[in-house]
Amino acid sequence: MSKARHNPLNSFAAHAALIAYTLIALFPVFVILINSFKTRKAIFRDPLALPDGDSFTMIGYQTVMKQGDFFLYFQNSMIVTVATLFFVLLFGAMAAFALAEYRFKGNMLMGLYLALGIMIPIRIGTVAILEMMVSTGLVNSLWALILVYTAQGLPLAVFILSEFMRQVSDDLKNAGRIDGLSEYTIFFRLVLPLVRPAMATVAVFNMIPIWNDLWFPLILAPAEETKTLTLGSQVFIGQFVTDWNAVLSALSMAILPVMILYVIFSRQLIRGITSGAVK
Amino acid sequence: MTALKLSNVCKSFGKVEVLKNIDLTVEEGEFVVFVGPSGCGKSTLLRVISGLEETTSGDIDIGGRSVNDVPPAKRGIAMVFQSYALYPHLTVRENMALALKQERKPKDEIAERVAEASRMLSLADYLDRRPSELSGGQRQRVAIGRAVVREPELFLFDEPLSNLDAALRMNTRLEIARLHRQLGASMIYVTHDQIEAMTLADKIVVLRDGRVEQVGSPMEIYNNPANRFVAEFIGSPSMNFVPATMLGGPEGQFVGIRPEYAQVNANGRLKGKVVHVENLGGDTNILVDIGDDLTFTSRMFGQYNAQVDQEIALDFDEGKCLIFDKDGQRI
Repeated sequence: MSKARHNPLNSFAAHAALIAYTLIALFPVFVILINSFKTRKAIFRDPLALPDGDSFTMIGYQTVMKQGDFFLYFQNSMIVTVATLFFVLLFGAMAAFALAEYRFKGNMLMGLYLALGIMIPIRIGTVAILEMMVSTGLVNSLWALILVYTAQGLPLAVFILSEFMRQVSDDLKNAGRIDGLSEYTIFFRLVLPLVRPAMATVAVFNMIPIWNDLWFPLILAPAEETKTLTLGSQVFIGQFVTDWNAVLSALSMAILPVMILYVIFSRQLIRGITSGAVK
Repeated sequence: MTALKLSNVCKSFGKVEVLKNIDLTVEEGEFVVFVGPSGCGKSTLLRVISGLEETTSGDIDIGGRSVNDVPPAKRGIAMVFQSYALYPHLTVRENMALALKQERKPKDEIAERVAEASRMLSLADYLDRRPSELSGGQRQRVAIGRAVVREPELFLFDEPLSNLDAALRMNTRLEIARLHRQLGASMIYVTHDQIEAMTLADKIVVLRDGRVEQVGSPMEIYNNPANRFVAEFIGSPSMNFVPATMLGGPEGQFVGIRPEYAQVNANGRLKGKVVHVENLGGDTNILVDIGDDLTFTSRMFGQYNAQVDQEIALDFDEGKCLIFDKDGQRI
């Protein structure tokens, strides 16, 4: 091992930078969490103080549970996010496999076309999307959101996954063909497990913006029964008065599922089952 | 019966012609080795035979049946890849059984064939392991086992030993030779390693730039190469080519002398200075600068004491020389 790699100063600097970044990233989350357990007065008097005997209260959580149908919003968000991830990963991986595996005319062009969406923000098309949803009668349904988010997530998914699929050994796919596996079996049984880390990356990239989105739920599905969590939390933010206890409590609860999903996917990110398949 | 017949097979990728009018017959039970420098099309030819690539034109018959439009799985072939290409999520047993399961063979027949193949390749102890728990040599044996259980009409090997270290390569080579004798099956083997080619083949096919340069038994190819390319490619160290004028011959011809036919001799016709000596123990390779920027290699049997910069004279057996014209064709 080289000495440079073990230089304690370097290693200290690296850790200091990482810890500083972690603190900066976690600080807002921390502030939201502690303030969600404090009285309104305490929030404004000293936003950074931890809740103590005087200032501790669950009023925010109680308001959230009473007002609005929090669990329905929660469920809506969950359905939209999970369904979108499913479709993005399924269709994205299939398109990526086709682009990476098969030689056909216009392969390159098709790849560029599919990647174009990365550069063009989907919100530019909001008006057209709304018109389309109105004419198909999908407004105020979760399908409207799932379809839009799937379209929004596919370009990056295809782009990332096709790069990874190119790295899967050709010999392995060919061995499957010689053993009589269908192209679908090769895709689902051989290739997908090998690109699992890439799939997890795509899932994480897509999940967070969808979960946090306010724009499309507000425009396409603002009805009470299709409200998502982010939209639902907006009832506590008024033009003149904002119920900060409730807002912070709702946000705290909204963080949880994303964290759980993230933990699930990040495990996949780390796990490498590929070793031993090919040298 | 012929195991494989290629007639006029061509393959091009876009404008690049990779295989040009390949005609070839493999008899039943024959071990045929495709050999050639990298990029000569030998792996492509194997993939065309297996059906992984389609031909651009020409016919392929396997076991007397035209397979031009038959998918790889139904061609009666099995293939062993350089990178092993084992299914990472399956155990050794499942890896070997997969193809038979796809063919919907009865369960007890599958078990029997897997047991037989694993006994043959001494894999019985590893049947429940996954590929990641095996060493390189074991993995390649599993890959071979996966081919054996299918009982194909034709085995295809795509540089199966390239990923193994030297000792293992020799063992696995012997194993493949033994397997060929035991099964009596027809095999096609692609390699760039001429030792593998010489030791395993019944018939060697030398390829260059997508063309067959020569087909013949290893000794035929070694003793009687069709042209300068084959003469140079087969044999290690490779053949020396001396302009005939240096030896009092006519202009424009080259004399090909294999290193082992040129020995140190005080009255030798080739004189020069030693530039390098390779002591291999069993043999000694002496590289001699014979003028005109030519380095001549002589292979002395046993250990021979030669010093760099020493003046040396070599003589050769005229009966063993091959004459080539300036285009590299044999005369």
